[in-house]
Amino acid sequence: MINPRIIEFIRSRWPEAVPEVETGTTGDAPGEAYVPLRPNDWNEIARQLRDDPALKLDSLQCITGVDLGPEANLEIRYNLHSMEHRHHGEIRIEVPKETPELPSVAAVWDIADWFEREVYDMYGIRFSGHPNLMRILLPDDWEGWPLRKDYEEPETYHGIVVPKVKTGWE
Amino acid sequence: MGVLEHKFQDNIVVAKLDQLMSWARSTSPWYFQFGLACCAIEMMATAASRHDLERIGMMPRSSPRQADVMIVAGTVTMKMSLRVKRLYEQMADPKYVIAMGSCATSGGPYWQYGYHVLKGVDLIVPVDVYVPGCPPRPEALIEGLIKLQEKIRHDRPLTKQQA
Repeated sequence: MINPRIIEFIRSRWPEAVPEVETGTTGDAPGEAYVPLRPNDWNEIARQLRDDPALKLDSLQCITGVDLGPEANLEIRYNLHSMEHRHHGEIRIEVPKETPELPSVAAVWDIADWFEREVYDMYGIRFSGHPNLMRILLPDDWEGWPLRKDYEEPETYHGIVVPKVKTGWE
Repeated sequence: MGVLEHKFQDNIVVAKLDQLMSWARSTSPWYFQFGLACCAIEMMATAASRHDLERIGMMPRSSPRQADVMIVAGTVTMKMSLRVKRLYEQMADPKYVIAMGSCATSGGPYWQYGYHVLKGVDLIVPVDVYVPGCPPRPEALIEGLIKLQEKIRHDRPLTKQQA
């Protein structure tokens, strides 16, 4: 169920946090509402989204990273759900690719700890204030951020050659 | 066995020590119990009662020190490849490797776009038998294991190999 109160709530308290045009619903998933934010006050907004009695978005279900393209930003999407009110919403925050940094919400929703580590692992987005921001899936000495569009496979890993000739396979 | 045949009483077998050793090895190649992905499920099914690997003398060992055969069952990621190599090095000679399934053979479905997958376990350890399939059925794995047993049976551990 869409909850326009989420948008109104953020708008009323942080008018500068919500860019003008981009609120709306996602196309093929009716009932989803998303709110684009700027990263500045995200930690404080998150805490109030969780604690406000009318919203009570107490369950963080997913954090997704998106690379929006070669000339564009990186985006982080938070899917929030309220166990009590049975409503949900999506928060989207864009960060520039050169300095991808964002306040951590690991102190607000405990599960964000590992979610943020995964997003960091795949996209190199730094979550400031995270208690233990290190790679979660890939080895610690891995170079690069594999789910970015401009990622290139390494030639070798610890002396193990990665074959580059991919023809003649099918 | 030529001149020695029928010279002794029953139940005495005369053979070259070489052949005897490889016969003994080939009929009890204990395998290392570790699996990496869905192939491991088929390996477990192969070991379980319906297919019953112990009838061909194979039993799982939980330690590389006690194992003769390493069945690389599943996708070897780059992160895991260093561990697989170390486990192989921890096994005592003689040791054998079976690459089970597409992933262990060539990277399988991750051949083209899997940035994190080792493109074939033969890049890090010597492989004796490749078993194709995604994943291979237990029958296919048993075929591979019997092929390995044949290979071990033709080993001559005491004979000096020609360079």
